[in-house]
Amino acid sequence: MIAYLIRRLLIGIPVLLGVTVINFFIINLAPGSPADLFLSPTATPEDVARTEAELGLNKPIFVQYVNWLTQLLHGNLGVSFQNREPVTQLIGDRIGPTLLLMGTSLVVAYLVAIPIGIIAARRRNTVVDYGVVGASFLGISVPHFFLGLAMIYVFALTLGWFPTGGMLTLGRGGGFADRLSHLVLPVVVLATAIAANMVRYVRSSMIDAFGQDYIRTAKAKGLGTSVITNKHALRNALIPVVTVIGVDLSALIGGAIVTEQIFQWPGIGLLTIQSIGARDYAVLMGINLIAAVAVFAANLLTDIAYAVVDPRVAYA
Amino acid sequence: MTDPLLQVRNLKRYYPIRKGVIARTVGHVRAVDDVSFDVYPGETLGIVGESGCGKSTTGRAVVRLEAPTAGSVVYDGTDIAGLSTAKMRRLRTELQMVFQDPYSSLNPQIRIGELLAEPLIAHKRLDRTAAHAKAAEMLETVGLPKLYLNRYPHELSGGQRQRVGIARALMLEPKLIVCDEPVSALDVSIQAQVLNLLKDLQGEFGLTYVFISHGLGAIKYISDRIVVMYLGKVMETATTAEIFAQPKHPYTEILLDAYPEPDPRLRDRQRIIVEGDVPSPANPPKGCVFHTRCPYTKDICRTESPPLADGVACHFPLEAAGR
Amino acid sequence: MHKRVEPEAGRSSARLMLRRFLKHRMAVAGLVVVVLMVLMAALAPVLAPHNPNQIFDKFEASPSSEHLLGTDSVGRDVLSRLIYGARVSMSVGVGAVVVYVVIGVLLGLLAGYYGRWVDQVIMRITDVFMSFPYFMVILILVSVLGPSLLTIIVVIGVLAWPMIGRLVRGSVLSIKQTDYVQAAVALGYRTPRILFRHILPNALSPIIVNATFGVAQAIILESGLSFLGMGVRPPAASWGNMLSEAQSITVLSSQPWIWIPPGLMILLAVLAINFVGDGLRDSMESRS
Repeated sequence: MIAYLIRRLLIGIPVLLGVTVINFFIINLAPGSPADLFLSPTATPEDVARTEAELGLNKPIFVQYVNWLTQLLHGNLGVSFQNREPVTQLIGDRIGPTLLLMGTSLVVAYLVAIPIGIIAARRRNTVVDYGVVGASFLGISVPHFFLGLAMIYVFALTLGWFPTGGMLTLGRGGGFADRLSHLVLPVVVLATAIAANMVRYVRSSMIDAFGQDYIRTAKAKGLGTSVITNKHALRNALIPVVTVIGVDLSALIGGAIVTEQIFQWPGIGLLTIQSIGARDYAVLMGINLIAAVAVFAANLLTDIAYAVVDPRVAYA
Repeated sequence: MTDPLLQVRNLKRYYPIRKGVIARTVGHVRAVDDVSFDVYPGETLGIVGESGCGKSTTGRAVVRLEAPTAGSVVYDGTDIAGLSTAKMRRLRTELQMVFQDPYSSLNPQIRIGELLAEPLIAHKRLDRTAAHAKAAEMLETVGLPKLYLNRYPHELSGGQRQRVGIARALMLEPKLIVCDEPVSALDVSIQAQVLNLLKDLQGEFGLTYVFISHGLGAIKYISDRIVVMYLGKVMETATTAEIFAQPKHPYTEILLDAYPEPDPRLRDRQRIIVEGDVPSPANPPKGCVFHTRCPYTKDICRTESPPLADGVACHFPLEAAGR
Repeated sequence: MHKRVEPEAGRSSARLMLRRFLKHRMAVAGLVVVVLMVLMAALAPVLAPHNPNQIFDKFEASPSSEHLLGTDSVGRDVLSRLIYGARVSMSVGVGAVVVYVVIGVLLGLLAGYYGRWVDQVIMRITDVFMSFPYFMVILILVSVLGPSLLTIIVVIGVLAWPMIGRLVRGSVLSIKQTDYVQAAVALGYRTPRILFRHILPNALSPIIVNATFGVAQAIILESGLSFLGMGVRPPAASWGNMLSEAQSITVLSSQPWIWIPPGLMILLAVLAINFVGDGLRDSMESRS
């Protein structure tokens, strides 16, 4: 097991390096010199050359990469082209709201999905089950932005129950209730897809688990349905569920970008959209790298969690 | 005597056992450990032994589906153990294989006719039309009607599929065919038919067989000479008549003893009881590999491995009179 | 595996699969919807009442007999744009998936068949690609390369192959052990013949299922990108960019005919394709 862990971590090193390389070169695909973006349109060619030298942009791309990587290892992601603020600080300012949004959505999704999945599995092929499966198909098929717009249309504009966007009402201090009411709609939007996916996993792995020999043994021993569900089936059924968490982070970030844009939620997603609008590649490179490292870590944790829950994996 | 068609010398096939962070090799499974034998043109050499004795690995090494760890496999003067992939591909037309499980040896997505014609097309021997004509001809040679050409493998029975497997092996007109337990997956009533077919084809096409089996029944019926294997090593090698008349190795004796005697008058002879399981080839016993189960084990057997001499690898070969 | 095939199964497995698929009611319904949408995309010039880019003098007009779904904020006919939008969605869906299936299948075959360092290298590359949150990378790449239909297809195609790659690799690992592949090696076939004729056809079911879901994913991605202004650019009509008008509160609250129809079209298309994928999975993977 320990050998597996160490090997898994060692394999991660070249992967992380690959992540930095790709990230760096994506940004360098952009036409024009970043120095152009730094300067006003009236800048002379000399100004451009000076700024390029300042930023190290006149060196070969490989050297630029190594310099960038060295800076990266010192925790320096560079400065924004737009306002020369350090990228780390820009991201730091925005990460809180994003984590709040994603974390709440994840918790809500799991709290909803696991019980519903179990109920559907236990009432397999009944109206309840069909309803759950149908709803989950709708949930995975509806784009975040359409659901978000529909939510705003119904619950904010028509019914007036929740605000249309933002994180708090300006000028009213933003107490807990105020923040909570701003959180509801984006969380519903973001949690829908996760929950819809999760319900299907929980349902099918519970159905699988119910069919296993050890569940039949438990039934034969005369154990009650809830004991069987909770003690025997659930534990094994959650193995595949564990892996979905890792895969979800990538989808979650994608969903958060769109959701933040629709609800004007001041997080990383909104920062991404704003930076794209301003062609601020320094910020984009930083965001992309941090997001990739997070997904990488989540994938790694998923693998390890899988190995812990199902020891057979570590020996494969 | 003529030169052997195939000479296997000191063939070894070890599988590494890897462990730890950097997948260090901590040991080897000695699937085949120093095996030598000859096969002469036109004969059938039987290789017999329990499952896990390395007989299948040996057979697969002969057609280079396994790369030997050490040793040589000389076919018709060429050592194929170290041959380049391109040169081997050309030689493969002369060395074919019939597989054990007819349910998995035929690609389920391809019709029988195409399966049989494909070797000729792939090696550019014939064009499509001619190759399909040859396929139809071969199908009849192995005793199946032409209408099966358009069927998929799953539409055939096990015995019929094995006939297709044999026909496919014959398409390239090979000289040597390794038959890896070709009848053991079949119903007993079908086994004899397929064995007879193999015998007939041998006469018709002048084939040489290496016939691998875990049961002595098929081996006795089809083989001219027999190699007995145990834990990756050759225990005994002799002609079929000699082995059945007078086994020299205690292991051969036990195998013969387990072979059901069709003659009821001979059935009440003394049975030899073998104890214990076959040891793991990852950790074979020291000395003679058979000493842990041999009824005649002496001290020397536990320390020294007997070489193969006069067709038997035993410190105390059985005498003509028995013990 | 050793089970005899029942005599009534004396037909090809494709037909069996079709029978199982047809029993899946939602999948059949989904397939009907998909076919209708493809027809709509193909016959857009015939079906659309107006030129999708023609600007009428009454903009933001509510539905009327002349403009069944009203007009948008520039004065273009919403229904016509909706019909033309199917072209974008269908071509991105199919185009992107074709690109990544080809890449994924090739790399998966190589990794699974050759093993050793080839496998190691390809698998580490898939790890790298799977570390990027795909929507964000696609968004950034499209903005770097300049948004267009072709860019979207290429970017999704180049980024989304690792799932297929892993899937194919897994299948190849088990298929290359089978006796029929060993037989193909023993018969002296060249590697391409073994890979594409003996291994790939037997690894096809999960690829088809995955690709079907992939089409739905790609449609969602395109509409999301277009919604954010990073996809198909106006005046070309895409369901996603039609929705982006609803980012204005006025459109959102008082002109629902502008944004609800394209939203429902995306939902309907994705839902239908997902049902088809589900039906395919059930009918293909329950093979014993």
